[in-house]
Amino acid sequence: MSTQNRYTVTPTVSVLAVMKGRLAGATKGHSLLKKKADALNMRFRQILKKIVDTKEEMGRVMKASFFSLAQAKYATGDFKHTVFDSVDQASIKVKASTDNVAGVKLPKFESVKEGQDSKLGLIGLGTGGKQIQECRKSFMTALDLLVELASLQTAFLTLDEAIKTTNRRVNALEHVVKPRLENTIAYIKGELDELEREEFFRLKKVQSNKKKHAELAEAIEAARRKGENGTAAPPSQNKAANVLDQAADADIIF
Amino acid sequence: MAQQEGSLLAMIVDQDTATGMLLTGMGHSDLRKRTNFLIVDEKTTQQRIEEAFREFTNREDVAVLLINQVIAATIRHLLDGYTKPVPAILEIPSKDAPYDPSQDSVLQRVRFMFGES
Repeated sequence: MSTQNRYTVTPTVSVLAVMKGRLAGATKGHSLLKKKADALNMRFRQILKKIVDTKEEMGRVMKASFFSLAQAKYATGDFKHTVFDSVDQASIKVKASTDNVAGVKLPKFESVKEGQDSKLGLIGLGTGGKQIQECRKSFMTALDLLVELASLQTAFLTLDEAIKTTNRRVNALEHVVKPRLENTIAYIKGELDELEREEFFRLKKVQSNKKKHAELAEAIEAARRKGENGTAAPPSQNKAANVLDQAADADIIF
Repeated sequence: MAQQEGSLLAMIVDQDTATGMLLTGMGHSDLRKRTNFLIVDEKTTQQRIEEAFREFTNREDVAVLLINQVIAATIRHLLDGYTKPVPAILEIPSKDAPYDPSQDSVLQRVRFMFGES
């Protein structure tokens, strides 16, 4: 019986029942967690693929945006200071909501427009306003893409962490908790069997002992009767002494 | 995490990217004239960039932080040590440097996962 890798418990029937319950719970939890890990992994793969695609698209869209910015600059001259100065309240913001995948909360971003951007719409009204507006539109699409990418990326990081934790739990249950419980159950069962065998042996012994006593008593009785009938007393005395000795011996053993 | 009125996008970018992005109306300056962007030119010290990075990543109202890839390369040690999911950090290409996916810290991890699986 292995003494390590099991819980230190007193081997009784009630503890056995408790351990069996715990093993059932661990098995159930293990299968549930495994399912969760699978679900997370599936989602993770989807997100990975999307991230790679979106990143590449982002590169392209940004390139196009910079080209339109160059166009606008060419048409208008340098208008960046006008833009920098007109910064006031943000009209594009990010709204965060949460998405639930198998109990893991994934943050999700969404760009929202609020308020008006009257000032920005008027930049470069005198010269090359159209190019600037084009450029603005182009950057808007880029920004939408960036927000989407940000939400994917956040989901990626969160999921990565969640998958690691789940896998750790699955492995802990499978390789630590379950074997330990199984060992404990085997130990308790072994001990209980041993007790039962001992008990059985003891009963047998008691029975045989009783039988022996009865026979002896009978023998003494028979000898006594013989002595009364008129034969030598000393042998019967001798015998009686022997019998007592034997009886004493048996008592010492048990 | 989920603010009701919506969170801001912050950025640490060069002038051209800043011009384009601010055109969309994502710029914000609050009552104390604290802006949600840092425009990096050749005079900006690394210390200033690091400071801005720390400020933006610790601000409550910032959900996404955009950084030009060239600038991100200079504060790579900070990016690598950054593990929080929110604000999300995005490396974007700049006008002079086209996007290089192999340098992106997140994409590197993505590729690692793909290689692994």
